[in-house]
Amino acid sequence: MNIVEKILARGAGKSSVAPDDVVFAKVDKVMMHDVSGPGVIKVFDKLKKQGISVDKLWDSSKVWVAEDHFVPSAEKVSAENIVKLSKFTKQYGIEKHFKYGMGQYGICHTISHEEAMVMPGDIYVGGDSHTNTTGALGAFACGLGHTDIAYVLLNGQIWFKVPETYYFKLNGKLPDHVMAKDLILKIVGDIGTDGGAYQTMQFGGSGVDEMSVESRLTLCNMTTEAGAKNGIVEPDQKVVDYLTQRGATNFNLIKGDEDAEYAKVFEYESSEMEPTVAKPFSPENTCVVREASSVELDKSYIGSCTGAKYEDLEAAARILKGRKVKIRTEILPAAISIYQRAMENGLLKIFLDAGVTVGPPTCGACCGAHMGVLAKDEVCISTTNRNFPGRMGHVESQTYLASPLVAAASAVTGKITDPRDL
Amino acid sequence: MKGNIIKYARDNIDTDVIIPGTYLKIHDYTELATHAMEGLDPDFHSKVKEGDFILSGKNFGCGSSREHAPIALSHSGIKAVLALSFARIFYRNAVDGAFLLPIEIEQDAYDGISENDEIEIDVSKNEITNITKNQTYKMKPFSEIIGKIIAAGGLFKYKPDQD
Repeated sequence: MNIVEKILARGAGKSSVAPDDVVFAKVDKVMMHDVSGPGVIKVFDKLKKQGISVDKLWDSSKVWVAEDHFVPSAEKVSAENIVKLSKFTKQYGIEKHFKYGMGQYGICHTISHEEAMVMPGDIYVGGDSHTNTTGALGAFACGLGHTDIAYVLLNGQIWFKVPETYYFKLNGKLPDHVMAKDLILKIVGDIGTDGGAYQTMQFGGSGVDEMSVESRLTLCNMTTEAGAKNGIVEPDQKVVDYLTQRGATNFNLIKGDEDAEYAKVFEYESSEMEPTVAKPFSPENTCVVREASSVELDKSYIGSCTGAKYEDLEAAARILKGRKVKIRTEILPAAISIYQRAMENGLLKIFLDAGVTVGPPTCGACCGAHMGVLAKDEVCISTTNRNFPGRMGHVESQTYLASPLVAAASAVTGKITDPRDL
Repeated sequence: MKGNIIKYARDNIDTDVIIPGTYLKIHDYTELATHAMEGLDPDFHSKVKEGDFILSGKNFGCGSSREHAPIALSHSGIKAVLALSFARIFYRNAVDGAFLLPIEIEQDAYDGISENDEIEIDVSKNEITNITKNQTYKMKPFSEIIGKIIAAGGLFKYKPDQD
């Protein structure tokens, strides 16, 4: 069995599973946020009316809650959703509720790794499609809707069809001017937005061994854009060290068998990768940055679970140090812990000296919610994950998806720019 | 089940156009429905009728896990979406929440069915009849688990232990 089959077999209490088997698997961790949480609460209200008991969760210690999409609240509906979430977590005794304005908080997927909320070998489900991100820690991490999350909260298990696995073998170290974001954009461009539909996308090879945990998180994050059920990397010492630094103990490292089967194997020479962008209006609409270098921009956005981890901010700072931005540029660290390190290590000063506005952690404009959404005809380069029509604001705005290096280099010139050409 | 078709002859209709992100804070489903398909078809809300079906291409519902997407369509009156294929979370949300039927069709149905055609879906026979054009097409059968959850009326009514 491969790693996903082993994790799902363990969760289902079976000695083995195979692709297409349907299993009810026990869940180890579950997450909801200020968009899926109010949906869950609504499902609970409906169940109550049907006479189904919602007095107790299956295990409130395995539940955690993030406030990320609509914080800080821009208007009263969002504010009321935050109040609803607080009432819910108090009522059910959920202690791991990361509240904005009260120390550590941030985008749910970022909190999942920054706070070691998910461990290798876990079955982890979240009420958000980019839950796939956390598979980089060696967990089966999969996004669900709020009805399914409500079901997990009450029953501690959920059904899965065991996916087939596409194995992406990445050879060699990425060049200095290329990030994991470029690589995953290239892969999504090659296989398309349904190229991994219903599948696991597993990453391995020397290219992955060389990568930081944060880079692996970027790879797994955008498996969602290829339609995958989950993304995963087999856990190694880097993952153990990363999580240990964040307070984790007791590791159960599950890895695939030597003779594990994969539905397809794709091979990429990481060392030959080029800076890449996805043009409007799809993450699969990719080209190398130098082919898009005539595009004039209005804005650069460095934020989101995909592109505002600490290493993403460090990459942006390498470019912005001693330079000034030519277009509106916003940097929103994805969690307070990252914000704090950026302050301690002088990144915030570099950003502010360059003329950038640094905002609080939030999903914000990535999903067109608030805090910097785009006007009609505005063109933005963004470290986020989607660029469908209207994704970041007006339906006739345009978003180019790129790495933090490319977004920062483009902020300096006002045009889409390969960091090597700066 | 009978209904009339609203056809979007394209692939990859994503959840950002089915219900734009700015409305995700809304959990009043009647209000949510007024914004359904706003990112692609601003006339959708005025033309959709109770019992209509949507017909579209590959990878319908790709993008976010927002259950708002099947909810906004279902509360607009849509009873089924017929598509060449579906993105997984949209499909699962539609079934587990019992909002609408996701019907996987073949190319002949996609090509043969036009806007406003009256269609009858017979899940027991895996058959779609185009009443307007007097044609029939096969639908892909539901997998066993999906069929059972649909028959039960959603995941909360499905009892896995009784299998």
